[in-house]
Amino acid sequence: MNNKQKLIDKLAHAFPAKKSHHQLLHEIEDLKPYECDALSAYQAVPLAVAIPDEIEQIKLILSICYEDNVPVVARGAGTGLSGGALPHENGILLSLAKFNKIISINENNNTAVVQPGVRNLAISEAAKEFGLYYAPDPSSQIACSIGGNVAENAGGVHCLKYGLTVHNIVQLKVITMDGDELTIGCDAFDSPGYDFLALLTGSEGMLAIITEITVKLLPIPAVAKVMLASFDDIAVAGQAVSDVIGQGIIPAGLELMDNAAIKAADDFVHAGYPHDAAAILLCEIDGSVEEVQDQLQRTEQILKNSGATKIQTARDEAQRAQFWAGRKAAFPAVGRLSPDYYCMDGTIPRHQIANVLKRITDLSEEYGQTVVNVFHAGDGNLHPLILFDANNEGELERTEELGGKILDYCVEVGGTITGEHGVGIEKINQMCGQFNSEEITQFHAIKIAFDEKQLLNPGKNIPTLQRCAEFGAMHVHHGKLPHPELERF
Amino acid sequence: MNNDFSETLNEQVACAFANKTPLIIAGGNSKAFYGNHVEGDVISTAKHTGIIEYQPSELIVTVRSGTLLSELEAELKANKQMLAFEPPQHTSSSTIGGAIACGLSGPRRIACGSARDFVLGTTIINGKAEQLRFGGQVMKNVAGYDASRLMVGAQGTLGILLDLSLKVLPMSEAEVTLQLKTELDTSIKHIQQWLKQGLPISASCYVNNSLTLRLSSTPTAVNTSASTINKLFETEEITNDFWLGIKNQSHDFFAEKNLAEDQQLWRCSHQSDTVFYGNNNNTHINDQLIEWNGALRWIKSHRSLYDEAEKNNGHATLYPVNKEHIDTDIFQPLQPGLMKIHQRMKKAFDPENILNPGRLYTSI
Repeated sequence: MNNKQKLIDKLAHAFPAKKSHHQLLHEIEDLKPYECDALSAYQAVPLAVAIPDEIEQIKLILSICYEDNVPVVARGAGTGLSGGALPHENGILLSLAKFNKIISINENNNTAVVQPGVRNLAISEAAKEFGLYYAPDPSSQIACSIGGNVAENAGGVHCLKYGLTVHNIVQLKVITMDGDELTIGCDAFDSPGYDFLALLTGSEGMLAIITEITVKLLPIPAVAKVMLASFDDIAVAGQAVSDVIGQGIIPAGLELMDNAAIKAADDFVHAGYPHDAAAILLCEIDGSVEEVQDQLQRTEQILKNSGATKIQTARDEAQRAQFWAGRKAAFPAVGRLSPDYYCMDGTIPRHQIANVLKRITDLSEEYGQTVVNVFHAGDGNLHPLILFDANNEGELERTEELGGKILDYCVEVGGTITGEHGVGIEKINQMCGQFNSEEITQFHAIKIAFDEKQLLNPGKNIPTLQRCAEFGAMHVHHGKLPHPELERF
Repeated sequence: MNNDFSETLNEQVACAFANKTPLIIAGGNSKAFYGNHVEGDVISTAKHTGIIEYQPSELIVTVRSGTLLSELEAELKANKQMLAFEPPQHTSSSTIGGAIACGLSGPRRIACGSARDFVLGTTIINGKAEQLRFGGQVMKNVAGYDASRLMVGAQGTLGILLDLSLKVLPMSEAEVTLQLKTELDTSIKHIQQWLKQGLPISASCYVNNSLTLRLSSTPTAVNTSASTINKLFETEEITNDFWLGIKNQSHDFFAEKNLAEDQQLWRCSHQSDTVFYGNNNNTHINDQLIEWNGALRWIKSHRSLYDEAEKNNGHATLYPVNKEHIDTDIFQPLQPGLMKIHQRMKKAFDPENILNPGRLYTSI
């Protein structure tokens, strides 16, 4: 009997005999659907997929894997864009999809206790009857799971005003690789000891397995109004973003789309966008009736002064939905333009938007590949979409290289390689450019504090120094070798 | 004038690391009471001052840790911006580094978020005398673990804070403070209702049988909201400076003279609708000051409140009113599994245990 079979036999004991064949998959045709997350460029088939529906089963699976030194990769809905849930070929994929219950909603304390497999949007749908909602709204919110949101510190259109996942959760229940069940955070506004709640948020399944999440709910705003501002120069639109925020307005959402994105989205869902605009800004203001009235007037004036050629405020809820439909459908709309696209996630200081967009245009011309821009301008979180055809040999590699250059430039102007999609496997090489050896070593030490054997999602998020040495050798900047202290082979 | 003392501080840590000498980290030394007594050599960030970068339209300020809170807040105010977590200034020497290291937030926390919510990046010196930069100067950043927010409340035990990039917010266009007489239970119920109606409540305090509320928004929204409250209660408009007394604990409630000999002051943090204190432990309502819409209670108690806090999934902190050390851990005890990770994390950043050893908990 080989090692794989021995492991599967052991894992089978975690499940009731009758259910074992549904909850422990190990035949190749059953494993194939799990070989990637939403970043399909990376694929790997795990030894087995475990789909527990009880906490005790998770504990047992982890203890078997701990004993046998088997890697464990957690997976929520598989909608991640950075390959964070890419299976390990010598490991177990731990699907948390069956933990899909909303345990309770506390309308007095404005919190909900949910299992990790609950869909993001399902929380707001359940909270609606209490006049509450869950604010972070990644564009995949209809499908993505809250556990995955915590693992990636997911953002969304409205996080400019309401924060990221880290700002909207209060407590986690987790199981560590060595079997401890821990409660991180508490029901209060703060908790004693180190802020492991922040550390675990965005840790990409590298520190512990999340089994329960208490999220913060907010009262649904009385009014939300959206403005569509057109510009004949994308740089002017970029500057308008800084002008709005610099003058004290924090919109609920502030999104920028370039001409290619405008046309693609409008052709797809007929959002009523102006095809002749070089760029549009969608600016949403929410709050009480009076607050929205005051701020709408001011924002309109600021946008006019900043050079908007036309400003249209959605006349009713139907038109508001229509304006947003274009933005929300922008990615699939761009998908109609090209067989494949590659979505980047760099974040930059807002005053660099115009500069970085110019650099992207230059790179796009240099590589002869179209780049479409549609992004969270208020946060400076770019999502350049690079169009390509994976069937053409070498095009994916060229696209990744172009994407890498965009991210390098984001770091150069004071930004980061990822604002909300995570590092996963996709941006692991770029981590070497953003952090030095000592910082990367400290990250590894953080992981070991939670996961001594380094079995949770190994190879993701934080590169080894060796990898940086090898990758860095390709990117010598001004003659300075990154990580010079390392031997190179 | 060069206010960048990072190299000097780094040398001090390198020396302490080599000699395994414990260091007491101090900024303005205004929160020395907030934690255990530490034996060792003092390393002071007080001279490491100044705003490194501040562009108001970015809503981000990067500042050296020894910068006085008063100076930083004045600069922000000149640009109609603020530290929205309203950090307490226990004395005029309070620094931004101390505020973040202790992770304390003031009255506006309920509306805007806590100290850690506003930390975007930091440079630290860890216990191996390495200068490390985590996070950045952008609003969203998920590259690597969130080590910068991990520093908030760690009281320097994982690293000495050199500089901080913080998100700032625009000040509200209008702000009023209203006071009204009512019962505590009624207050909390009404606040919950008002929040659901969208009233811009940015602070609340219940003490001496009266509720004080602050409304912050656009002028029309503040006026309309005040009218909503005035329809239900007879209110008096008082000065917004009331909140300085709450934030900085200069309000009479916190005065040493108003604490009975056998009482101690406790800070209890829990869900806003928790009602257990006062019912079970004979604590008179006059011995409580309640903030954060019910979620933060300052209680003068004859006995420990750790057990009750834990039962209600909250936590308690023993808070010395006379701002002197108490010879015991002041924070809620941690569950053993969690303490184990704390110890490992301490070792990951400070293997020789030289940074404020024992300050947060005796064992880390």
